[in-house]
Amino acid sequence: MALNKRRFDALIIGAGGAGLNAAIQLANTEARVAVVSKVFPTRSHTVAAQGGVNAALANVLPDNWHWHMFDTVKGSDYLGDQDAIEFMCREAIPTVYELEHNGVPFSRLDSGKIYQRAFGGQSQNFGGAQAARTCAAADRTGHAILHALYQQNVRARTHFFDEYFAIDLIRDDEGAILGALVLEIETGEPLLIEAKATVLATGGCGQVYRTTSNAHINTGDGTAMALRAGIPLMDMEFFQFHPTGIAGRGMLITEGVRGEGGYLINRDGERFMERYAPNAKDLASRDVVSRAIVTEVKEGRGVGPNADHVLLKVDHLGEDIVSKRLPGIRESGRIFAGVDAVHEPLPVFPTAHYVMGGIPTDPYGRVIVPQGTGEEIVPGLYAAGECACVSVHGANRLGGNSLLDILVFGRAAGLDVIENLKENRNHRPMNESSVEAAMARLTRWDQKGDGMPVRELRDEFRKTMEDHAGVFRTEEIMSEGVEKLKALRDRLPEVRLHDHSKVFNTARIEALELENLFDTGISIAYSALMRKESRGAHSRPDHPQRDDANWMKHSLYYRDGDRMEYKPVRTKPLTVESFPPKERVY
Amino acid sequence: MKFLVSRFNPDADARPYMQAFEVQVQRGMMLRDALLEIKRLDESFAFRHSCGEGVCGSDGVNVNGTNKLACITPVSELKEPVEIRPFPGRPIIRDLVVDMTQFYQQYKAVKPWLVRNDPMPEQEILQSPKDRDRLDGLYECIMCGCCSTACPSFWWNPEKFHGPQALLAAWRFLADTRDQATDERLDALEGPYKLFRCHTIMNCVEVCPKGLNPTQAIGHIKNLMLKNAV
Ligand SMILES: Cc1cc2nc3c(=O)[nH]c(=O)nc-3n(C[C@H](O)[C@H](O)[C@H](O)COP(=O)(O)OP(=O)(O)OC[C@H]3O[C@@H](n4cnc5c(N)ncnc54)[C@H](O)[C@@H]3O)c2cc1C
Ligand code: SF4
Ligand code: SF4
Ligand code: FES
Repeated sequence: MALNKRRFDALIIGAGGAGLNAAIQLANTEARVAVVSKVFPTRSHTVAAQGGVNAALANVLPDNWHWHMFDTVKGSDYLGDQDAIEFMCREAIPTVYELEHNGVPFSRLDSGKIYQRAFGGQSQNFGGAQAARTCAAADRTGHAILHALYQQNVRARTHFFDEYFAIDLIRDDEGAILGALVLEIETGEPLLIEAKATVLATGGCGQVYRTTSNAHINTGDGTAMALRAGIPLMDMEFFQFHPTGIAGRGMLITEGVRGEGGYLINRDGERFMERYAPNAKDLASRDVVSRAIVTEVKEGRGVGPNADHVLLKVDHLGEDIVSKRLPGIRESGRIFAGVDAVHEPLPVFPTAHYVMGGIPTDPYGRVIVPQGTGEEIVPGLYAAGECACVSVHGANRLGGNSLLDILVFGRAAGLDVIENLKENRNHRPMNESSVEAAMARLTRWDQKGDGMPVRELRDEFRKTMEDHAGVFRTEEIMSEGVEKLKALRDRLPEVRLHDHSKVFNTARIEALELENLFDTGISIAYSALMRKESRGAHSRPDHPQRDDANWMKHSLYYRDGDRMEYKPVRTKPLTVESFPPKERVY
Repeated sequence: MKFLVSRFNPDADARPYMQAFEVQVQRGMMLRDALLEIKRLDESFAFRHSCGEGVCGSDGVNVNGTNKLACITPVSELKEPVEIRPFPGRPIIRDLVVDMTQFYQQYKAVKPWLVRNDPMPEQEILQSPKDRDRLDGLYECIMCGCCSTACPSFWWNPEKFHGPQALLAAWRFLADTRDQATDERLDALEGPYKLFRCHTIMNCVEVCPKGLNPTQAIGHIKNLMLKNAV
């Protein structure tokens, strides 16, 4: 049967905050745009973001974008690109106002302005007193933003392909991206979508780890698609473990809890963060708090029958604050930990949360790859959101900066696509061999016979990632891990699907996702093994210091031959002076 | 623990049937965890799910006769054998997966977006905390569909009656002091069906996993209509 085909000017893969904010820019033009999402848009994981989005609105305490920029550079452990960071922190302000105009129901101050709370790593005046920069809609900010953006796209009549799964990018011999092969989940039929510009906005990949705050759908599909199209992934060793996941389950308790005055205690009831970060205490940067918790537990000061977690104390805040500002947390605590935060502390432990690395882009969302001594743009390809790496988070992301990243750079990508379409009026010729390769990735799962089921390899893979590419990383643990992961990868061809039916076959989707987990997860483990220093979220007991002389550079992992390359950090901002690397203390 | 789940594969089955599974229950287990266990036993078993924490609204199913979100329903609260069916009244695509097209269409039909005719200010549109409080209990809707697919009026008239979810959304914008389309919104709700098919049976309120109250929202709309009519 002939392959169904559709043509659009632009194709956006992903309908989270990044994809929808790109789409809304394009919706106001003549361009024909398709938005493909493997789940109904409001089910995207942006919906789960709790705490808020950063912007120096100065509604509560004095603030300006330059302080925000300083905090972000410092938070990144000086691995973030300062031009991109300046761009983001300036754009933050109009971006949040635009969200409000689009209907986001932000919490309010008595002045009628948007409510802002304190989050970790925020300071006034370049490292001074705590700032309050995180704009919040109670503790449901992501939900509020995602729904408002979806609503505006409905108004603008954006063309959605809901419950379509993107299999692979299509490219020509020059490396230009021509669109993607997608699968309609309901019918099981493939569809070729041709586009002059394709935006990857597929979100995170927390599912590579066993314990994670990320949804079932966060399987690193976009990053894996990029890898298979020959594009390297940047800084993948930097994976954030959020300090406060519900112990044993992984669901997130927002940093906003500590922003509102909650704090961590160990077995002895000691407020241990005072030892690790005398100034910022519980609001130190996430990597610092996560390591502190793991250290407490390792040294025997954990809580619970297995002494395997610590406690987050909230009850002293009183019922009023908790129900007004943190209603979602109270609900999650009740459901998943059987604890009412108003009366009892919550059991917490770090959980795999956020990937700082991703598909390398410039501040316009254009995907860039090394070429000769410089870099070049991949024609027709954009990336934005958690799957991309601009890089604004460097080695460690600050809370509230990711929603910001996805919105600012989703928007920027959308706007650049508009410019791009003015210059590129025609579709490039289709490349049949690339279509065949993508089809082969689908039909491979039609193979019948005995073989390992998908879940078996997936479980083993996620456990190995957790044990060997987690919070603390030594050469020994990691090189063993990489070997194990490679051995598991060699077994991929043995895996068989046992259900070959067409209609809404979720087993087939999980099989396709399994390959994406492998490609993305191995890029994390491999990049981590190679980086011989400690920086931000990447913490190596065998190389405890940050090593700016040798390692202040971005890693680039290529799938082909598990190859690494490196490129310099962009330390020059757009207009202001560069922030030189300093020791990072909180 | 014994689970009876509804199975239907349109390629193979003439009609849905119930299949029994035995699942080893652990402390703190949610219904979604049990469904995932069943999927381990039989990978052909299909249901939607994603976030696992009650925020994405994917995994609404009918459990022992009541619509629930699987991921926040502890199995310990359920009577054995646990009977799990797809949402009532919706066309079944496969197993627990139903076609929600009409539900989404009704949502879109109420123009669920903020309408502002005044030019936008440079900064935020101001709103007092008190006015913002009016949106609590409305904006949190996760569009899971538990309510509308439990509503008898929606079962009989899914193409004409908006259903509780869409009406809650309509009130969410009517209640927003920033919105400037009150008259248009109310006009659009006139007629015997879109709004007035609600017979305050309250099924919707009982099942909403987020504790929202569509019936009350519908009541507010009716009151506002009356007020604006005089
Ligand atoms: C629990 C939690 C709380 C958080 N809280 C905060 C916070 O308070 N502040 C903050 O700044 N950040 C927070 N974050 C981080 C932030 O929410 C995410 O980084 C961000 O929402 C990612 O947005 P995105 O648009 O890139 O991706 P997502 O919202 O994950 O969307 C990805 C989209 O891609 C689609 N997709 C993926 N693969 C495919 C495929 N193969 N085919 C078709 N479609 C596909 C999906 O369907 C989805 O529509 C939080 C994250 C989590 C997990
Ligand atoms: S109260 Fe109205 S909307 Fe709710 S279930 Fe009953 S008829 Fe349906
Ligand atoms: S009102 Fe409640 S039950 Fe209905 S869709 Fe919204 S969250 Fe679900
Ligand atoms: S899986 Fe998201 S609401 Fe249940």
